[in-house]
Amino acid sequence: MKRILYAGVALLAAAVLPAQAADTVKVGMIISLSGQFADTGMQMLNGAKLYVKQHGDTVTGKKIEIIAKDVGGINPPVAKRLAQELVTRDNVDVLAGFDLTPNALAAADVSLEAKRFMVNMNAATAIVIEKSPYMVRTSMTVPQLNTTLGTWAEKNAGVKKAYTMVADFGPGLDAEGAFSRGFKASGGDVVGSVRMAVANPDFSSYVQRAKDLNPEGIFVMIPGGAMPGAFGKALAERGIDLKKTKVMGQMEIADEHALASMGDAALGIITVAHYDYTHESKMNDAFVKAYNAEYGRNPDFFSVGGYDGMHLIYAALEKANGKTDGDSLIAAAKGLKWESPRGPISIDPETRDIIQNVYIRRVEKVGGKLVNVEIATFDNVKNPK
Amino acid sequence: MLSPVVGVLFDGFAYGMLLFLLSVGQSVTLGLMNFINLAHCAFAMLGGYVTVTLVNGHGWPFFAALPCAFIVSAVTSIGFERALYRRLYRASDLDQVLLTIGITFTAVAIAAYIFTTAQQPLQLPSYLRQSVEVLGLRLAIYRLILIAISLIITCVLVAALEHTRFGAQIRAAVDNERMARGLGIDVDRTFAITFALGSGLAGLGGGLAIEIVGLDPSFAFTYLVYVLIVVSVGGLGSIRGTFAAAAVLGISDIAGKYYVPQLGAFLIYLVMISLLMWRPTGLFGRR
Amino acid sequence: MALTQNLQSPQLYLQSLSRWRPAEIAFWLATLLPFVLAPNYLSLASQIAIAALFALSLDLILGYAGIVSLGHAAFFGIGAYSAGLISRFGWGEPLTGLLLSTLAAGLVGYATSFIIARFRHLALIMLTLGFGLLLAELANSAGWLTGGIDGLQGIHTWRLLGHFNFDLFGTTAYAYALAVLFFVFLGTRRLIHSPFGLALRGIRENWVRMSAIGAPNRAHIRTIYTIAAALAGIAGALLAQTTETVSLDSLGFERSAEVLVMLVLGGAGRLYGGLVGATIFMVARDQFSGIAPEYWYFWIGILLIFVVILLPNGVLGGLPHLIARWRRP
Repeated sequence: MKRILYAGVALLAAAVLPAQAADTVKVGMIISLSGQFADTGMQMLNGAKLYVKQHGDTVTGKKIEIIAKDVGGINPPVAKRLAQELVTRDNVDVLAGFDLTPNALAAADVSLEAKRFMVNMNAATAIVIEKSPYMVRTSMTVPQLNTTLGTWAEKNAGVKKAYTMVADFGPGLDAEGAFSRGFKASGGDVVGSVRMAVANPDFSSYVQRAKDLNPEGIFVMIPGGAMPGAFGKALAERGIDLKKTKVMGQMEIADEHALASMGDAALGIITVAHYDYTHESKMNDAFVKAYNAEYGRNPDFFSVGGYDGMHLIYAALEKANGKTDGDSLIAAAKGLKWESPRGPISIDPETRDIIQNVYIRRVEKVGGKLVNVEIATFDNVKNPK
Repeated sequence: MLSPVVGVLFDGFAYGMLLFLLSVGQSVTLGLMNFINLAHCAFAMLGGYVTVTLVNGHGWPFFAALPCAFIVSAVTSIGFERALYRRLYRASDLDQVLLTIGITFTAVAIAAYIFTTAQQPLQLPSYLRQSVEVLGLRLAIYRLILIAISLIITCVLVAALEHTRFGAQIRAAVDNERMARGLGIDVDRTFAITFALGSGLAGLGGGLAIEIVGLDPSFAFTYLVYVLIVVSVGGLGSIRGTFAAAAVLGISDIAGKYYVPQLGAFLIYLVMISLLMWRPTGLFGRR
Repeated sequence: MALTQNLQSPQLYLQSLSRWRPAEIAFWLATLLPFVLAPNYLSLASQIAIAALFALSLDLILGYAGIVSLGHAAFFGIGAYSAGLISRFGWGEPLTGLLLSTLAAGLVGYATSFIIARFRHLALIMLTLGFGLLLAELANSAGWLTGGIDGLQGIHTWRLLGHFNFDLFGTTAYAYALAVLFFVFLGTRRLIHSPFGLALRGIRENWVRMSAIGAPNRAHIRTIYTIAAALAGIAGALLAQTTETVSLDSLGFERSAEVLVMLVLGGAGRLYGGLVGATIFMVARDQFSGIAPEYWYFWIGILLIFVVILLPNGVLGGLPHLIARWRRP
């Protein structure tokens, strides 16, 4: 009885409100703006806002409004509640953001129940996309990057024996699994592995264990922030020669801040990424310049996830002729192709996941500065099953 | 040739020394006036940001920036002490907790606003980033310097505590506050000065910590837990205790990760729990 | 507690305390208002009710027995994960799930209480912190059971009483959480206004004196600790059932610290302190996040500082103080 009553009220409200809804398309962004993941949320929001600034806030005659909500870190109950409130209180048409997987998984339930279009701008664990048929992803998946790296390491870099060191948490274990799959499938041998404490400022003991086994390659996956710098320093202190032993991992281990922190100790580190701000293309040059002008720092892959996410929303709206319900938007989003600052990308019509180029980069000194230089490109990589 | 284990122990000891610098101020002030200052690591964070601003932004040499970090943190803490802390000396523990947590939240927000939430790397001269070869072991120069500075400060502090009048006043107040007041010692003033010194040392620790553990606004909360662990295991009001506890915890953390990586982060908590159950007042605690 | 009460006999004293005051009745009636005035905020309201219950459970040990615990979220998390796991393994009935989770949390509380009762002061605080942190690490490592950092998936709560579905608007969630909170509160109120409750306060104030008059201090501490653990478990289970998600943050240090802040904000040792504190903190956080999404915690910090300066002993502790000061011009 109560359900019918509330459904009736909702329908009435929906009938009465269109006068407003017709003019604004609300995009609710659920991200971390405080706590240890605050930086990722900020970068994502900045990327999204930059897109709106560059392309105007009107699409198909409707105004785009971004409502940002702070989830404060890994907090699925709060993420779910925020998603519920965005849907019931603010009447958003799109649920977006999600810098962290647990939050995306929780909010996906709301997207499913309320049939709301959901743009996942970062959460990279593979299974996330399956939790709601209304979700698209504009970032990357852990297997997409790490399996490719594993394959490259064995085939192109001559690494036959590898040692894996990952932080003991979901993304770390996922990455380890993905890398090993690609590596072993090409004939490589994982000689040892270690799971490291997540909040770990000191890597010297772990690096020493790796050194004892003398592998040709070391695969690393640690959270961004302070760890990569500390890791690089541990490598230098324990005397690991990066020319002889290939140290490789996801882009976080050699991002801007990590490089600044490690200094020359970072030369030779190999990363796999879908985006780095040094990518050479006209579009990226313009993007980086605009981003610096607006926010005083370089964009990273969170920024580009937000930027491309907004593009997706705009393009889907246009293709759906301004219709904002979940079914129309998701149908429009499938198969969209466009040029992003990272390269060409598209949305897989079957899995709704992102298809993009994956780049292998190595840290080198260019013009006195440490940069990640592209040494290999894999085109149009899908999320491997 | 020394085995690599010694290298790992060396790193552990260096990490312990860092914890010592961050915690010694907290131990003495907590032992002195039972004033719970959860904003202690916010002062450490302040020292860190001062160091970063001076070294990265204004090109100061690292070793000139560190005393500045000390002074800025000490002076700021005096300001807070006069304005806010003073009112709560007689207040309940819980009120002190609430106030200092509130201050920490505010400090973190201000840091995020001014410096953004990104990691702050430090532009150190290259010689500080190298290592020397000692008996077949590679020892990082930075950590050697960290250990040296900590040992010097420990000696200075212990000497000051044992051989100066002010030190005697501190020891008296830690042992028995009422008696000390009865003898005419101005405990409030003693506390204020000690508090400033402790916060200054925290600031110094914060500056030295950047290279080892990084700096971002969440530093104020992350290291608070470690400081509390060191202080409780070491014993309130004891410099020796803080030193011993920091060394034990630093070494067991690092050595644990080398020998039994599956235990990883568990070890530091297990060590703390075992030591506290064995000696509830801390290794060198008086009460 | 003002000593102007009738001190003729302990029984009369306790009886006078357990009369329902008009302010209390008004408070509970007010909790029904969100259904009517703010139907869009019922999800938030249900999470406030859960936080209030959690803060109440902490008040029992902190406010009444004097045990400062920095690891109380361990029991909250055990309750949450129990409820989640029970649901995941196929039994999604909310009330029985709630009961079983309470039992689980209570059992662990009972086991730990033996260690807890032996220590005091800083050692006790740090031990509770240590146990909480250990449990959080364990939960992270046992990813096969807990889902690790991604959280527990596949929780589905069945209809409440076979009839009420947990919908998007949170109506059933709030009604459920509020009802549970109220019943638990009644029980707690009865407990506090009993000889046992008085004994606890005595233990908090003067341990030695209490044992001198023959009170079994350690046994009492164990009892109240177990009860508090069970109640925290109820709160955790409620959260798991109403949001259908559980993750490591429900056991983490942040949650323990947060509930402590809420309780102290409201005023510890004052039955309603946890409830008031939880409401203020969560509403403030929600509103500040809306106004200043990037720096809301700045305003929370300022709020806390002001409350401490103006209202010593929390909102409920300082309010009579403040009102009295206003009355004297």
